[in-house]
Amino acid sequence: MVEFSLTPEKPSVELPLPLAGEGGGEGLVGAPPSPLDELWRDFRRNRGAMIGLAVVIALVLAALLADVIAPYSPREQYPDAVLKAPSLTAIGGHVFVLGTDPVGRDQLSRLIHGTRLSLLIGIVSVGLSLSFGVVLGLVAGFFRGGVEFTIMRLMDIMLALPSLLLAVAVVAILGPGLTNAMYAIAIVMLPHFVRLTRAAVIGELTKDYVQASRIAGAGTLRLMFDTVLPNCAAPLIVQATLGFSTAILDAAALGFLGLGAQPPTPEWGSMLASALEFIQSAWWVVTLPGLAILIAVLAFNLMGDGLRDALDPRLKR
Amino acid sequence: MFTFLLKRLGLVLPTFLGITILVFSLIRLLPGDPVEALSGERGMTPERYQRLLHEFGLDRPLAVQYGEYVWKALHGDLGLSTITHEPVFHEFIARFPATIELSVCAMLLALLIGLPAGIIAAVKRNTVWDYSVMGASLTGFSMPIFWWGLLLILMFSVWLGWTPVSGRIAIEYDIAPVTGFMLIDSLLASDTGAFKSALSHLILPSIALGTIPLAVIARMTRSSMLEVLREDYVRTARAKGASTVRVIGIHALRNALIPVVTTAGLQVGTLLAGAILTETIFSWPGIGKWLVEAIGRRDYPAVQGGILLSATTIIVVNLVVDMLYGVINPRIRHT
Repeated sequence: MVEFSLTPEKPSVELPLPLAGEGGGEGLVGAPPSPLDELWRDFRRNRGAMIGLAVVIALVLAALLADVIAPYSPREQYPDAVLKAPSLTAIGGHVFVLGTDPVGRDQLSRLIHGTRLSLLIGIVSVGLSLSFGVVLGLVAGFFRGGVEFTIMRLMDIMLALPSLLLAVAVVAILGPGLTNAMYAIAIVMLPHFVRLTRAAVIGELTKDYVQASRIAGAGTLRLMFDTVLPNCAAPLIVQATLGFSTAILDAAALGFLGLGAQPPTPEWGSMLASALEFIQSAWWVVTLPGLAILIAVLAFNLMGDGLRDALDPRLKR
Repeated sequence: MFTFLLKRLGLVLPTFLGITILVFSLIRLLPGDPVEALSGERGMTPERYQRLLHEFGLDRPLAVQYGEYVWKALHGDLGLSTITHEPVFHEFIARFPATIELSVCAMLLALLIGLPAGIIAAVKRNTVWDYSVMGASLTGFSMPIFWWGLLLILMFSVWLGWTPVSGRIAIEYDIAPVTGFMLIDSLLASDTGAFKSALSHLILPSIALGTIPLAVIARMTRSSMLEVLREDYVRTARAKGASTVRVIGIHALRNALIPVVTTAGLQVGTLLAGAILTETIFSWPGIGKWLVEAIGRRDYPAVQGGILLSATTIIVVNLVVDMLYGVINPRIRHT
């Protein structure tokens, strides 16, 4: 898991525009830019982040349109085209641009459908982890003392195990499979979301607006989710983006170990695992699924880094 | 220092207990029957079932079972593997040196390349050097290492034929295990052929396993170096006329290294987890491969023991790193 703090310092970009709230604000003409505009303006300046975003959009499109853009079915086997190298010449009336796998399935179609699975894994495991993590973090931040101690020590224990080892342990309990792999990854990521939320909540609770809201009679639940949580969103958004890359990577690792998605599911990691014995004869069945994993993980990491850099000035202000 | 040590130990004990609870519950949370899981037998007679139930102590209250599990674990008794019927502890210990040898080499590689790369990136900030190092380290950080290992095999073993594909040493060498570390054992036997063979088997897995720590160390070194280079004492050293090499090597580096040591220590967990993947790819006879095989064979005592012992190793290493941190950086000792 990418620790939120474990990254190099952000490039110190000078903000050329006057910011709302600075210098009294009387000098500003018109409305101050909305937070989203401001975020986009900062984000756009980061070339790596923009590349990451473009790749992520392409991946999402590929996942949504998999049935339309994939030339063949990811499961259909072509017996006369087993382990064919990538080429543009037709084999038996079919063109396999990225070659075929050991049982004669089109690699390109399998990779495209794999995108769908990887993103699904990301959405489900990050979604689960984020929801439970936010609730636990809010509870720990609001009710200090014993509750906080118990939650945080539990999270420490989970953090003491490296993510893959913990995921392997969870899958050993739940049994191998794609769904269980998603649960395992969600559990592995949980401590990061809990810690981030708790830290952000504790920071926010000292501020005047929370006090004001409390005096105005807001209940604890309202304070938690309506008043405080939106102001803790920035680090959580960054961590969720980076969580996607962790989820994709860990799911592929579990699939590769035979503990995640099972064949014939076109999941990138399990595709690699089933191609293992052909490493000496067919380079494409080994290189391409891995390349897909690397590109997806890199894209989410670039985007996460860019988001952090764009959101961070606001955190410090 | 003593209170610091005590405080740190106080944090370690709950963690250790938590992991024993996790491992203890593993067998009870499994779908299916714990007696079958622990014995590896299926469809046994009711008499045998009762006998095994009693033998494993599963007929006693859960708290008693847990207490007994921890007590036995502390004495190195982690049960018998259901496949080999050997004590799990012995199986682990027999494979541990292979994993340590691989991890140490991976870490050395990561430090030898990561530190200079990070320093160069910091000193030559916003140049091609910086961008290449940061780009490479982000790629390394995002690398699925199981695939990276396969690529290395493809390039160096299959296409170039430089290194062997898998294993720890060529079969023609028979080295008596003294330390369990193949490199040291072959040197002790003064067999240079065996040493070369062991080394050539070690290179690719070390690169594969060392890549993520390398990337993390390079990033950390860069950012910590950049921070230190802004400090007043660095400017003072420059103003005094100290050479660039001296300023960077003597004044800046020593302080920049403090966070790097912690980061490197924390990577030990990454190494042990990465060993699961790397050893599987390279058929490296260590604990990672053993653990994966144990899960595949439903050898649950081995899975339990493997997770418990790996986690304990990581906790101990992290503790040692924290102690070292206190030694290098006296400022945190009293806080």
